[in-house]
Amino acid sequence: MSTAPPGAEELERRVAAFLAAHDPAETEPLAFLRARFDAGLAWVHFPEGHGGLGAPVALQQAVDAAFERAGAPSNRPEANAIGLGMAAPTLLAFGTEEQRRRFLRPLWTGEEIWCQLFSEPGAGSDLAALGTRAVRDGDSWTVDGQKVWTSMAHEARWAILVTRTDPDVPKHRGMTYFVCDMRAPGVEVRPLRQITGEAEFNEVFLTGVVIPDEHRLGEVGEGWRVSTTTLMNERVAIGGRAAPREGGMIGVVTGLWRDRPELRTPAAHDELMRLWVETEAARLTGERLRQQLAAGGPGPEGSAAKLAFARLNQEISGLELELLGSEGLRYDDWTMRRPTEVDFTRRSPGYRYLRAKGNSIEGGTSEILRNIIAERVLGLPGEIRVDKDVPWKDLPK
Amino acid sequence: MSDLLYGEIEDDLRSGLRGMLDERCAWPDVLAGTEKDEPSDASLWRVLTDFGVLALPAPEERGGGGATWRETAVVMEELGRAVAPVPFLTGSVIATAALLAAGDELLPALASGERTAVLALPFGTAPDGPLPSVNAIDGRLTGEIRDVADALTADVLLVPAPDALYAVDAADVTRAPVTSLDMTRRLGDLTLTGAPGRVVAKGEEAVRAALTAGAAMLASEQLGLAERCLETTTTYLRTRYQFGRPVGSYQGLKHRLADLWTSITQARAVARHAASCLATGDADLPVAAALAQAHCSQVAVRAAEECVQMHGGIGFTWEHPAHLYLKRAKADAIALGTPGHHRATLARLVDLPPA
Repeated sequence: MSTAPPGAEELERRVAAFLAAHDPAETEPLAFLRARFDAGLAWVHFPEGHGGLGAPVALQQAVDAAFERAGAPSNRPEANAIGLGMAAPTLLAFGTEEQRRRFLRPLWTGEEIWCQLFSEPGAGSDLAALGTRAVRDGDSWTVDGQKVWTSMAHEARWAILVTRTDPDVPKHRGMTYFVCDMRAPGVEVRPLRQITGEAEFNEVFLTGVVIPDEHRLGEVGEGWRVSTTTLMNERVAIGGRAAPREGGMIGVVTGLWRDRPELRTPAAHDELMRLWVETEAARLTGERLRQQLAAGGPGPEGSAAKLAFARLNQEISGLELELLGSEGLRYDDWTMRRPTEVDFTRRSPGYRYLRAKGNSIEGGTSEILRNIIAERVLGLPGEIRVDKDVPWKDLPK
Repeated sequence: MSDLLYGEIEDDLRSGLRGMLDERCAWPDVLAGTEKDEPSDASLWRVLTDFGVLALPAPEERGGGGATWRETAVVMEELGRAVAPVPFLTGSVIATAALLAAGDELLPALASGERTAVLALPFGTAPDGPLPSVNAIDGRLTGEIRDVADALTADVLLVPAPDALYAVDAADVTRAPVTSLDMTRRLGDLTLTGAPGRVVAKGEEAVRAALTAGAAMLASEQLGLAERCLETTTTYLRTRYQFGRPVGSYQGLKHRLADLWTSITQARAVARHAASCLATGDADLPVAAALAQAHCSQVAVRAAEECVQMHGGIGFTWEHPAHLYLKRAKADAIALGTPGHHRATLARLVDLPPA
């Protein structure tokens, strides 16, 4: 028997009933989170039985806020961004019922962290050129290759992995998508030190890693289509965060401007106000994107949001450093560390400036995003593709 | 948070207007109009009157459309797309907002198209800008006001004096046409020599409200214009071949247009926020209006400039519409305060003082 999805009032009622039955102060955090998932109050737009109630995604914010007000334990979404933002929507779109049952609950509760094995040293912007081989052997696959720029690989229990399964056809057609057990023999994770001195990311070496066929997502050869779903969600996740006015990077500089009158110059003021305007425009655009998502699905505006966010972060962090003059020449710490989350506000201005450089590279370079907008949104002709009908094995590498 | 999307009524209004404007206000007509003596397109104005969009935010019992500034913003977008030479911004937005704030009796005549009013201020006057000095002695007004948009089209002039806002019959004022950068919205210089005025509202409040409404709504015109420029340019780049390839296949152009599209998606959010704040009387309106002008002015100018540049030689000719967009975009950027002025206003409003 199917009923209409619950509206705002019904959700409010269900949250209240849930909280009455599971006092956050009395319930063990993990038990609480599991129960919340089972009650369909985890991600309310997911289907029933998978942590949701088939409700409009727009109602999620109110549900989260109600749990937060009640002092409920958090599933620490910041520690599992890949899992929540990319793996989960892909599992939902392409996973079998069994795969969804196995993976979604511990993913949402934060018991199992996820990472993404996509980029390779030889396949960055041109992801579809990737060469990590998966060879079928009965009911399982054997994987060999190298992945790079994998955040959280050292903490992750599972990975979403895209591989080459047929080198004899053009690149987009010969790929297959898997869930990879990060504890499987042959998975080796090495930190990748970056320009800030720390290592958020890893290189992952896969040597004879065996993956059961039941951990395949989508059909054999369909890996590109599955990856596209993951990447569309990545762009939304990176560019579309909710923020109050003067939240994020601009708030650091406006705070500095108000607190330190001696740093003010006319040129910096003009620059500051220009960036304030652009940040506020980008913030409202993000808000409009969220309203659109609530009414439909992720649109091309996600790419625009990420493009704007990257440029603004870089310009604002650059202004902050200049505003500080000689003080801006000091750096807080070059020690090699393994941060589990990026927090721009807790580190020094030099860190912010350097880390922001990654914003126009990670999750699709700004140049690739411009191509995507020009071709898919504006309908301009595509780049000349010399690799289009060439079997993957014959491409120059 | 304000609703930044378009509703069904707004979508319907847009499609009705766009169809009509494609027919009645095609760019060759607009271009021809810039060389005529008539200061605006009176027959198009009558069609807009029949559409019932002249006073959308005014209540129905006062002859208005009983709608809000949000729907008015959609009209502004469509008129901006068409660079329509009609006194909608000056009459149906700015003057109407002044009369709404004042609760004046003239409103129904404006709503029905029977009369046309404009606020007698230089078109560059920002919502917090200085007002020209006009003397009012016993209800008789004396002074000069330059660069008043649509001054020649209006039959009522709303003249701000130090004590009050006055309605003055245009026949009692000397009006000199100005050869304008934007001939689709022409300016006029006014000379008042003891012209009789009727008090519409005491003080400056109605004037400031009208200018703020104008700034908030102008952003939607700029949005519509920018979108039109982008569309015209992408269409051209798909069909123009050089070196054996469509010009639009070169990244040097594609990437600039992608950036422009990104800016336009932002302009839409910013313009919607301003319209929404104006419609609901939100406390954020002064910030929203200044933000809208600081941002959308620059987006529209860039869109028009890219339109000219990416069309190459043809874009520099009189026979191509690109110059109509460019002149309107640049004039709009100056109208109701420059982006620089609005940034300075924002600095004051959000407490980021200058050096």
